[in-house]
Amino acid sequence: MSKIKVATVWLAGCSGCHMSFLDLDEWLFELSKYVDIVYSPIADLKEFPDNVDATLVEGAIANEENLELAYKIRERSKVVISFGDCAITANVPAMRNMLGKSDSVLKRAYLELGTITPQLPNEPGIVPPLLEQVRPLHEVIDVDLFIPGCPPPAPRIKEVLEALVQGKSPAMEGREMLKFG
Amino acid sequence: MAVKRIKINGKTISARVDESILEAAKDADIHIPTLCHLEGVKDVAACRVCLVELETPSGNRLVPACVTQIEDGMSIKTHSPKLNEYRRMIVELLFAEGNHVCAVCVVNGNCELQNLAIEVGMDHSRFEYRFPVREVDLSHNSFGKDQNRCIFCTRCVRVCDEIEGAHVWDVAGRGYKSSIISGLNQPWGTVDACTECGKCVQSCPTGALFKKGSAVSEMEKDQSTLEFLVNARQKHEWTR
Repeated sequence: MSKIKVATVWLAGCSGCHMSFLDLDEWLFELSKYVDIVYSPIADLKEFPDNVDATLVEGAIANEENLELAYKIRERSKVVISFGDCAITANVPAMRNMLGKSDSVLKRAYLELGTITPQLPNEPGIVPPLLEQVRPLHEVIDVDLFIPGCPPPAPRIKEVLEALVQGKSPAMEGREMLKFG
Repeated sequence: MAVKRIKINGKTISARVDESILEAAKDADIHIPTLCHLEGVKDVAACRVCLVELETPSGNRLVPACVTQIEDGMSIKTHSPKLNEYRRMIVELLFAEGNHVCAVCVVNGNCELQNLAIEVGMDHSRFEYRFPVREVDLSHNSFGKDQNRCIFCTRCVRVCDEIEGAHVWDVAGRGYKSSIISGLNQPWGTVDACTECGKCVQSCPTGALFKKGSAVSEMEKDQSTLEFLVNARQKHEWTR
């Protein structure tokens, strides 16, 4: 059996979902018999590759770089998975939405709360501009599967990956598979 | 005692004449999901989660089980693909309407809305999130109110009025501008009518009303005091 190509992506989130993935510990050795990780924040690859079988996306869509990558992911992946509450609900990163649009958010964070040399970040081409509102992944691209949780517990991630490896769709039901937070 | 016969999910059951569909189902150990319903206070059918299918000659009608009185010969379905879909849509709309950030909520893990999302099989909301701007009131000595987490079930309004008799809470505004207000829309801490009994806090299904000083996942709602009071009142335990 040839290995399936899996990518994991870290957008606007805390990387907690990836930490939970790493909590699978020695089972990751088992996983590596069936899966090639072709792109991930824990693997040093610069460009999102073509022909990915499944991509787990952690984090919400908060800036232009997130959005650009989300489009690329959709184009190049057979299955896109919202990985954790930030991707699914926009969660904590979206708490800035209640402050208004991006300029009032930046003013609040960098000017009103800036203690040493308050200034707005401005490095075109280096620092990606914020989107006006933080959105869940499925509001910007089609998503095939959702793994709730902040973070999703490691056994929940394992259930999903095991199903994917076997070419099945995981049964997302019950507290163990669905609880948010 | 007068009894009526109804059919729930094809099974014939007997129920007291004055019972609602929800009460009759409960007596027969048939589960109907609820959210705004609270034992001991009047039902208002605010959330529509308890909708059931009532068979009529002109087709099936959806009725809220909590406020629909049983009638002889009624035939009801509590679960069907249509009902399951509607219940899930209701929960998704509740999540999209407010700011429900489970990860930073005092009742994470002990929340009736969160549990209902699991029961209806919600893995995401198909409705666009609104991210409304809503207020937090921390003026009370012992309790706090976070409107971001409110689903307008009005349990707090009803327990305070019907059980405590203080009527601190009310609903103000219409539609998406609705809010739960204390007193004459004053900060909770300045409302003299509040007896600080905490019944509203314990009856709240989410983390909208909470005990001050509780951190994420620390608060567990305890409705045993409410049950005790309601039972004692109904059984006239305090009447000499």
